[in-house]
Amino acid sequence: MIELKGLRKQFGDAVVLDGIDLTIEKGEIVVIIGPSGTGKSTLLRCVNFLEQPTAGEITVGDLTVDVNRASKKDILSLRQQTAFVFQNYALFANKTALQNIAERLLVVDRWPKAKAYERAREILRRIGLEDKADAYPASMSGGQQQRVGIGRAMAAGAEVILFDEPTSSLDPEWVEEVLALMKQLAAERQTMMLVTHEMSFARDVADRVIFIDDGRIVEQGPPSEIFYHPKDPRTRDFLQKILASHQA
Amino acid sequence: MGALDVDYMLGLVPVLLGYLPLTLQLASLGMVLALILACLFAVIRVQRIPVLNQFTVVFISFFRGTPLLVQLFLFYYGLPQLFSALTVIDGITATIMGLTMHFSAYMAESIRAAIVGVDRSQTEAALSIGMTNSQLMRRIILPQATRVALPTLMNYFIDMIKATSLAFTLGVTELMGATQKEASGSFLYFEAFIVAAIMYWIVVEMLSWLQGNLETRLNKAYSR
Ligand SMILES: Nc1ncnc2c1ncn2[C@@H]1O[C@H](COP(=O)(O)OP(=O)(O)O)[C@@H](O)[C@H]1O
Ligand SMILES: [Mg+2]
Repeated sequence: MIELKGLRKQFGDAVVLDGIDLTIEKGEIVVIIGPSGTGKSTLLRCVNFLEQPTAGEITVGDLTVDVNRASKKDILSLRQQTAFVFQNYALFANKTALQNIAERLLVVDRWPKAKAYERAREILRRIGLEDKADAYPASMSGGQQQRVGIGRAMAAGAEVILFDEPTSSLDPEWVEEVLALMKQLAAERQTMMLVTHEMSFARDVADRVIFIDDGRIVEQGPPSEIFYHPKDPRTRDFLQKILASHQA
Repeated sequence: MGALDVDYMLGLVPVLLGYLPLTLQLASLGMVLALILACLFAVIRVQRIPVLNQFTVVFISFFRGTPLLVQLFLFYYGLPQLFSALTVIDGITATIMGLTMHFSAYMAESIRAAIVGVDRSQTEAALSIGMTNSQLMRRIILPQATRVALPTLMNYFIDMIKATSLAFTLGVTELMGATQKEASGSFLYFEAFIVAAIMYWIVVEMLSWLQGNLETRLNKAYSR
């Protein structure tokens, strides 16, 4: 379970997250939508402490951290419980697909080599890239790299996987295979927090859709409600624009 | 112009070859120590570690801003005067100290540039899975940065081999010191120094060849 209480983030004077309260159940798939620049990435990055939040409380599993009193150890444990999938994949360029996935098992969780690589191979099988075990990122397609990126996030058995626009950098031809993998994870009830512009994916897979504007949660609910009966004019406006751009 | 004494030159080759190992040892030891120091400095600069960062900036500025010969004299003649415990500092030690510090200052800057050149998103990825800063440096950033910096570092190694010749001013009989002694005995200065020059040249050429090979290999790396 993930719980955010009064999460705030300022960059200098600019308030980017203005008190986010949010609870996510185990196995829940939450999609976050909203105009660009409203703090969606910042929200995910705060949960993973890639950004130091300004105020608030983060609970992941049985670890609760007041962001202003977070020790180095708290931050490390929080990061270990929250895996991140990046828009631009961010694979380690000096490591093969297999090593990218095994890295945290070896270094952070200090598993013995044999066990870590065995687990990494098992994940490669699940993401359908067994034959790429010894390939370096530079030789893989965008779709394959992002699948390894997701594999790396799966490796740890983290409480939640945070996806920040995982298909936005991909050539259209690779989007489907990445979405398919995410659907597979969703079917296994992996808890996910996901920022995406793939509205049909959100409609099919999400348990809950959250619309964020100006660093606040404007509206949230099941996809059927948010997509077909949005209450707030800002949500309606945003959805109309997205639909228009998709039809164009 | 008198004729060259070729026999003297040929006879000198094996004699001077005997001093080449010391030259190479000075350079190799200097290089290893300079590399370690340079990586340390580079990381301190990149992570802006307080106090150490300011110290490093001044250190690098000083050792880049003053002649190597002056630095060698400082270590060899100057330090023992300040600290009487250091009277045991010999020419070889002073040379290695000088080479290490002088070249670490230059190498730190190229390693720093290479570190900064590694895509920032990999840093975030490493932190996001719970790696510590030092794990990130050792396992992700430095391996990539050294590859980028390697050609430049090889150039510094070549420079360092040539710079070991200054050690003769501290009374070290390496290749240059030995040549100097031979020449002042025979008065055949040109012959002696041209033999030494050719030896340096051959060593450097061999390293350049190695450097070329390494670069082709490195360009292929990470792309299988
Ligand atoms: N490191 C940063 N420093 C200053 N401002 C930032 C930084 N990161 C993000 N911002 C600002 O925070 C706001 C929200 O950014 P972001 O979370 O990336 O939005 P979104 O993902 O919703 O497009 C933007 O106005 C952006 O310019
Ligand atoms: Mg974003």
